[in-house]
Amino acid sequence: MEHIRMPKVENVRLLDRLSSRRAVVGTLYLTATHVIFVENGSEIRKETWVLHSQISSIEKQATTATGCPLLIRCKNFQVIQLVIPQERDCHDVYISLIRLARPVKYEELYCFSFNPKLDKEEREQGWKLVDLNEEYNRMGVPNSYWQISDVTRDYGVCDSYPTEVYVPKSATAHIIVGSSKFRSRRRFPALSYYCKGNNASICRSSQPLSGFSARCLEDEQMLQAIRKANPGSDFIYVVDTRPKLNAMANRAAGKGYENEDNYSNIKFQFIGIENIHVMRNSLQKMLEVCELKSPSMSDFLWGLENSGWLKHIKAIMDAGIFIAKAVAEEGVSVLVHCSDGWDRTAQVCSVASLLLDPHYRTMKGFMVLIEKDWVSFGHKFNHRYGNLDGDPKEISPVIDQFIECVWQLMEQFPCAFEFNERFLIHIQHHIYSCQFGNFLCNSQKERRELKIKERTYSLWAHLWKNRADYLNPLYRSDHSQTQGTLHPQIAPCNFLYKFWSGMYNRFEKGLHPRQSVTDYLMAVKEETQQLEEELEVLQERLANLQKSQSGNNKVKSKQQDRSKQFGLYTSNNSSANTPQEYSNDLKSFPSRSPSQGDEDSALILTQDNLKSSDPDLSANSDQESGVEDLSCRSPSGGGCLPSEDSGKDSDEAVFLAG
Amino acid sequence: LLRSSQPLTGPNRRRCREDEKLLGTILDEGERGFIIDTRSAQAAKQARMSGGGTEPKSSYPQWRRLHRALDRGRPLQESFARLVEACSDPSLSMDRWLGRLDGSRWLSHVKAALSTACLAAQCLDREDSKVLVHGAEGTDTTLLVTALAQLILDPSCRTLEGFLGLLQREWIEAGHPFHVRCARSASSHARGKQEAPLFLLFLDCVWQLSRQFPLSLEFGEQLLLTLSDNAYASAYGTFLCNSEKERSLCKVKESTHSLWAWLEQPEEKHKYLNPLYSHNPLVIWPSVEPQSIQLWQGFFLRWIRPSQHLQEAWDEIQRLVEGN
Repeated sequence: MEHIRMPKVENVRLLDRLSSRRAVVGTLYLTATHVIFVENGSEIRKETWVLHSQISSIEKQATTATGCPLLIRCKNFQVIQLVIPQERDCHDVYISLIRLARPVKYEELYCFSFNPKLDKEEREQGWKLVDLNEEYNRMGVPNSYWQISDVTRDYGVCDSYPTEVYVPKSATAHIIVGSSKFRSRRRFPALSYYCKGNNASICRSSQPLSGFSARCLEDEQMLQAIRKANPGSDFIYVVDTRPKLNAMANRAAGKGYENEDNYSNIKFQFIGIENIHVMRNSLQKMLEVCELKSPSMSDFLWGLENSGWLKHIKAIMDAGIFIAKAVAEEGVSVLVHCSDGWDRTAQVCSVASLLLDPHYRTMKGFMVLIEKDWVSFGHKFNHRYGNLDGDPKEISPVIDQFIECVWQLMEQFPCAFEFNERFLIHIQHHIYSCQFGNFLCNSQKERRELKIKERTYSLWAHLWKNRADYLNPLYRSDHSQTQGTLHPQIAPCNFLYKFWSGMYNRFEKGLHPRQSVTDYLMAVKEETQQLEEELEVLQERLANLQKSQSGNNKVKSKQQDRSKQFGLYTSNNSSANTPQEYSNDLKSFPSRSPSQGDEDSALILTQDNLKSSDPDLSANSDQESGVEDLSCRSPSGGGCLPSEDSGKDSDEAVFLAG
Repeated sequence: LLRSSQPLTGPNRRRCREDEKLLGTILDEGERGFIIDTRSAQAAKQARMSGGGTEPKSSYPQWRRLHRALDRGRPLQESFARLVEACSDPSLSMDRWLGRLDGSRWLSHVKAALSTACLAAQCLDREDSKVLVHGAEGTDTTLLVTALAQLILDPSCRTLEGFLGLLQREWIEAGHPFHVRCARSASSHARGKQEAPLFLLFLDCVWQLSRQFPLSLEFGEQLLLTLSDNAYASAYGTFLCNSEKERSLCKVKESTHSLWAWLEQPEEKHKYLNPLYSHNPLVIWPSVEPQSIQLWQGFFLRWIRPSQHLQEAWDEIQRLVEGN
């Protein structure tokens, strides 16, 4: 709290992002973990909560007659425009936020103070929900070809790998150690995915330190061991996910790529995915397009093309498709690497796994996939997503791109995933939020040293608890689309890549379809289930009545309430009552969260006051959630209705009366 | 909501008492109306040289004129052709796709059409004002705007029956010259000068509405595709000729079958219904931001993109809704 110069500022205006005409006035609070804006005067408290961890940049703009503007850009793509009346106050807020958004110690992060009111055992259970050992067993390892390596205990050989790493049985400790010395950051080839149907595997590593001509016997033996672990094929693919030019340039620095002449029985392949700096700039450019005021179609399309973002997404996808094909159709093992084997390698391995194995398209399976290929294999969450203040050149939207690849696939295969878009958006949100401990630090080693599992909570448990919100109503485990490998169309397919406005314009509800098919179908599904249960009960009662003369008069009233609830939902089908400015003004809405409840809201809210049910949703107004809509059936269902003239609109009155 | 063609003001600023009186009687004392001219102000002015023009303020004092330039004719046809080309170009790489998409300008036309229709709807619904829409001939962009505006405003136009009625009224009977507009489509090189995909643009706009309000239209994409097919080549007489007069002269009603009658048969109808539909009594205001307007893949990529997975999704939706 020592960084907060001004804990509270009154008469602050929160502007509609692009139209300064629509501003709301309220009070701004700064707490140890959040920035909170509370609107004045509305009967239902409308609040906007932003975690400091989410703040990407803060811009203090030139003072105008109305006050001093402050623009806060968040890592979850929320953009908040405030106007603070006094320049001095604005400056204090600015300085405080700068410091609060750039924590220096892990202990400053929200996850260490977040309290969902679970006991120690529940916390532990939460962490056990995703078990990598179980996952490897499910894949079919250890077996006669693969085993856990001995040498990775205590992080001796490679400190960014987990302690449990699977290697081919024929790779002795000597080979592993030797190979690790020949790989950047000692990240030797290790198992990412094993296909028990044909013994083909996906392995991952970093680049070899081959320079122009260096060789390493053990590393060559390591690749042979991988080949031998798949008796069905006499060669392996080695896929370098970098552009050829970059890989070649690395040779001058003593690194590089595998020479087919030195490594027997490999087929080498470049798949050019650009590096983290290119990706960072690409996202930056795309966000600039999103911030344009009233763009024309051309502004938007050219801006999007200029950013190159969709091209990069496609490159990652193409790499994943190539690897999935090699494994599923050719039965050939693949070794994947980039430079350090923790960015592009992670992206490509997880996309390929998703295509290959339907288990990863279930909710649990997806959590496991992220735990395996991202968390355990040492993706540098801290550096990439700025948990702590660090080198801005390390920041890059690597996992965001992977998450987008999943969304693109969901759009092409609507029945294939057990989870929905909201699941992906919430995961992305929490990668940056530091509300849970899963995505802290840069490696398993660091997390264990910090005792993350004893001191924080697991996101997976939280999402799992709320899994009803994240289900895809079209998913059926027996559906053809959910079986086996997914085969996205390869060419022509440019048009298949769409701009993900649900993510990058997440908080501008006006841009999205006004009616959620997902929520509607989930409600239909639940209602059907309800009715079926009711039918069963009634049939039972009928049977009982027929048996005895004295009727059983117990009335089950809860069924009635619930069907009323859904009746309400189905009339909740029009959330678009206000036109935007069709003479070229963009309509968007300030984000808001459900009220924090009945606690005294005049005070600065501390963790204790936060409801344990879903503090997560308080940090973002996720109005796509049909469940949330059902619960906010108040006129501020204004939480549900993005309308700036609520109350005046007679259309709305009709709608709400339902 | 009214529609007409342009007033024949001409270079000498002719007046017509009857026309002024007609427009005068539509408005009450002191009431203001809007004229939405679908030509740019400059184009409208230039039209005077060839005998056309606009309503001068002095002669029509209660009416306020708004110009919203919508492309028609040759430019629209070329836009369509370019888009179709871009979609089927196998050599097009990802880093040039969006540029080609934009270069066709088709989505810009969709945005402009929807914006103008929304403007008309807004005048009616929010300003409580009467609106007169016209372009030059009153047979192309005019109909685009009035038909879309009604879809936005009036829930009865969003039922299957209501929509077909809307088409019959606002496109066929209103005299959109289908015969010359929908002769050859995009790929033919022998394109007549009168060829222009206004009706297709309308269907695209309707699709955009259905994407933004998936629960509010009683019909689905399949209907729109069927209509687009029949406008160009049909076993039915509905889209024949250029006007009611021609249809009468050709005895269309006596010698052909109606597409509407066929579509409304119970055994056919179900193919065109939207399983997600539930009556929405309110006005549906679409977003016309670029992010909200998407390429109508079902139409433009109909033969290029595999639709199996999407069809499976629709089947699943049908199953879920029917199970309820």
